[in-house]
Amino acid sequence: MSGVLELRDVTKTYVDGVDEVHALREVNLTVEAGKLVAVMGPSGSGKSTLLTIAGALESATSGEVLVCGQPVSAMSRDERARLRRRAIGYVFQDFNLLPGLTAAENVALPLELDGMPAGKARAAGLRALDDLGLAERASRFPDQLSGGERQRVAIARAVVGDHRLLLADEPTGALDSANGEAVMRLLLAACKRGLAAVVVTHDAQLASWAERVVFIRDGRVVDRTAPRPGPDSLLTGEPAR
Amino acid sequence: MSIRHALLALLSEGPKYGLQLREEFEARTGEVWPLNVGQVYTTLQRLERDGLVASDDDADPGPQKGFRITDGGAAELDSWLRTPPDLASPPRDEIVIKILVAVRLPEVDVHEVIQEHRRYLVELMQQWTHLKEEEAEFDLALALVVDAEIFRLDSVVQWLDSADGRIKRAAVAPPAAAPAAAKIRRRAVVRR
Repeated sequence: MSGVLELRDVTKTYVDGVDEVHALREVNLTVEAGKLVAVMGPSGSGKSTLLTIAGALESATSGEVLVCGQPVSAMSRDERARLRRRAIGYVFQDFNLLPGLTAAENVALPLELDGMPAGKARAAGLRALDDLGLAERASRFPDQLSGGERQRVAIARAVVGDHRLLLADEPTGALDSANGEAVMRLLLAACKRGLAAVVVTHDAQLASWAERVVFIRDGRVVDRTAPRPGPDSLLTGEPAR
Repeated sequence: MSIRHALLALLSEGPKYGLQLREEFEARTGEVWPLNVGQVYTTLQRLERDGLVASDDDADPGPQKGFRITDGGAAELDSWLRTPPDLASPPRDEIVIKILVAVRLPEVDVHEVIQEHRRYLVELMQQWTHLKEEEAEFDLALALVVDAEIFRLDSVVQWLDSADGRIKRAAVAPPAAAPAAAKIRRRAVVRR
């Protein structure tokens, strides 16, 4: 089964003066529609680089990145920009909402930038906010929203339109555990509607919401969790003493 | 987990039969801790011997025999709820011991050992989170038990992450030998 996102032997090397820094080394990763994959690793392991390359924000030094089956390296600059607007949603730890726009305008902006008429884009934005329980907050500005609400607006912006791939970098990092859990439930709900999602994090609690967890160290994928057994296996332990 | 105090807590709501106590114990702990009926009756007999519960004297032993909490039992329950468990002494955690051993063995890659444990713990956390995702939203007791397990496992993963980093840094710049006074203090802490 082909993935919405495929990384094939992706390597990313930065040149720092005379030194070469290998941020990613021969990374292979496939994420199918409807799946949530977590990439877990410490600071400096390469996980954020993996996300920027998967999101066509940066180019790989070697290897191939395919989004919806299309090789990113074969695309022109404009084609990549269109891919980012149309197919990929991004969620960041610090929300990245534009402070001068209301919640609804923030969500509608990517659609308008992609040429959708303003009224239609706004209606789609309001629908996305409504799905996340934020209809009544649509005309508020980001500084009038709580941290949890701001992140839900960011998720609405990431899933609005025909996005197929959702990329999240520590999306619950600035939130308490209740709001963090709410955000992960929303990301999972988006996957159940058919999106593919990658969440990069250092946080095992956050990663444990994913169906698969990939461990990255020094730019290499070093391990993966096995397919998840059913939760019933937890409930057949020894009787209490 | 103290079955003794869990049974006292259930009886503080009113008199109950043994079988009913088992069913309610399992329901209140999110059905995560199975309990056999023999354990229930053995514990009830001990509680009765200690004067913390009383039974229907005339009923036959078995599922129809009812139990109620005594004043002494209520006082014992209140005292137990408010007494923090002993967390002052470091537990002899098996993972900690394995990493302490692995770091000393030159032929073993301690980082690989850490990753084996990390993966196993995250897989367990995935199972618990899946249970929370599917069912715990509708069951407060289960949600509390699942959160407790997830936080417990997460604390071990965080320790492994910290150990991983500390061992890497120590390989680059080994720590200086501790002064004799510090060693004596350290022994005193561990022995307590």
